[in-house]
Amino acid sequence: MNNHSDMIPILQVKNLKKYFTTPRGMLHAVDDVSFAIQEGKTLGVVGESGCGKTTTGRAILRLIEPTSGSVVFNGIDITSLEKNKLRIMREKMQIIFQDPYSSLDPRMSVASIIAEPLIIHKRVSGKKELLKQVQKLMEMVELEDRLSSSYPHELDGGRRQRIGIARALALEPQFIVCDEPVSSLDVSVQAQILNLMQDLQDRLGLTYMFVTHDMAVVKHISDEIAVMYLGQIIELSPAKDLFAHQYHPYSHALISAIPKIESKTDETMTILKGEIGSPIEPKPGCRFALRCEYCIEKCLTDTPVFKTIESGRAVACWRAEELSL
Amino acid sequence: MESLLLSINNLTTQYITDNNIIHAVNGISLELARGGSIGLVGESGAGKTTTAYSIMGLLPKLTGKIIKGSILFEGKDLTLLSEEEMRDIRGSKISMIFQDPMTSLNPIITVGDQIAEVLEIHGTSNKNEAQKKAGDMLEMVGIPRGRMNEYPHQFSGGMKQRVIIAIALACNPELLIADEPTTALDVTIQAQVLKMIKELKNELDTSLILISHNLGVVAQVCENVAIMYAGRIVEFGALRDVFSKPLHPYTEGLLNSIPRIEVEKERLIPIRGMMPDPSIVPSGCIFKPRCPYAKEECSVQAPIVSKISDRRVMCLMHEGVIPNTMGAANE
Repeated sequence: MNNHSDMIPILQVKNLKKYFTTPRGMLHAVDDVSFAIQEGKTLGVVGESGCGKTTTGRAILRLIEPTSGSVVFNGIDITSLEKNKLRIMREKMQIIFQDPYSSLDPRMSVASIIAEPLIIHKRVSGKKELLKQVQKLMEMVELEDRLSSSYPHELDGGRRQRIGIARALALEPQFIVCDEPVSSLDVSVQAQILNLMQDLQDRLGLTYMFVTHDMAVVKHISDEIAVMYLGQIIELSPAKDLFAHQYHPYSHALISAIPKIESKTDETMTILKGEIGSPIEPKPGCRFALRCEYCIEKCLTDTPVFKTIESGRAVACWRAEELSL
Repeated sequence: MESLLLSINNLTTQYITDNNIIHAVNGISLELARGGSIGLVGESGAGKTTTAYSIMGLLPKLTGKIIKGSILFEGKDLTLLSEEEMRDIRGSKISMIFQDPMTSLNPIITVGDQIAEVLEIHGTSNKNEAQKKAGDMLEMVGIPRGRMNEYPHQFSGGMKQRVIIAIALACNPELLIADEPTTALDVTIQAQVLKMIKELKNELDTSLILISHNLGVVAQVCENVAIMYAGRIVEFGALRDVFSKPLHPYTEGLLNSIPRIEVEKERLIPIRGMMPDPSIVPSGCIFKPRCPYAKEECSVQAPIVSKISDRRVMCLMHEGVIPNTMGAANE
């Protein structure tokens, strides 16, 4: 963010790593990722399947234990917290999942799904207060009151996602990881949910980490964007600036590959050769090198340093400054 | 030069169960010229896939039924053909690509054999020729011939979709129906596959029906577009015209509700409400409950197709029944 250097971010992630042991070697799902999010802002995290964006979100909440690195939330490093303290911390850090169906218990009614966190975290003292809270949350996400005794399967995708949001809001969090929250929704409903999330952010001062593969959605919702490739952030930038021009050849290819309504993109499109490489035991050098048309010898041997090259923008590419993309 | 390859007239397809009738496709008409391309666009439940299955004769036997209408393909009404006759056409004259490349291939047969199989079944080649042609097809979709003897699990998602396209095009069909062919793929891979579909289409002079919920994807490949809503084609026309100046409120609603990278939008304008229940037949316009321009007449009188130069639209505003306030808001 520009001019925020004097502000203390609500979330600061440093050198976060998550490795998985596989029969074929160590899988570097998240490999040395660092970023910060200012309170009330949205960081969009984009990338294609297997780039580590979902794992990053989960490791930050310790839904999976990070291998190393620190996650400082409100000044406290949560990677070293014990279980009971972590649980208290989690009230402030929530998650919304992609599939609003499989993330909701099919045998629980709408009201009891939303009530569950309130009961577990002993936020309410009686049935009456609980009902009132649930009602308030349902109103907040614009779910009709009459649906409180319905079950998830009786509702459409948009309404199910509203339940997921209400549940995430129940404990009055400050920070929410939104993992592809609109990806399974039809476009007209997607717009409703995106608007709702923006309204809630304005109203409650929420901070979002918005994980998605959809470039148009991420541009729309984010203040800042981190582009991930094979476990690493390769470019970090204010949202508008990133779409104006890109420093990393991969960001450039990703943005030029978006099918646009106005024009046939063929002529301007950079079509990448090959496919994403393997995250298992990655070799030194740039992980994008083999697909990169600007690759030089150094890219194959030396891992690019992730460094700031203009205010608010950082990139991991040896040739970032000389290329004009 | 333009001769008709496919002409769908008043097609009505329903799914009938013991206690319910789902009105999936409600009297659609559509024409596709030889070598032409149409994008079928709409949200879930719009009837896009049911339309495709009706053409292919792949509706579920127990429930799916074409109630009325005809599907003329090269002058023959496909709805009147026997299962055997349809089998001859499927895969040779009309091919279909499905959304999910992971489940469309047989996991225990090599990709080469899966391509060769189509050629042998349709009697276009003997065994040796079929193997050779299978290799050619693989190369055509950008996969080295040397991978013929590999199994589907050895291919990535994008590669699998290429194999499926190779199978679909093996017999050089007149018509290719692609149902969300890139929806399961990453955006950079999607770009590769779309480019390939377009190139092959031109090279082989195949006509194309591309089904997608993604307006951008359709814009890359198709000349014409049909916007579907609740089993009806609410708007049809040249893609550029429809997307730049929509005539139907639903088309406008779709364009307003999607975030676009090339257009700055502070706030999206969603279409209010939900898709209608497909088991209920409304008295007036199906889009009325969600339409910002609707008037009382819209709940009584069902719109018919209005022709406006080369375009078609189903809306009372264009029949002169209610004033057209949509254009005014646009200007």
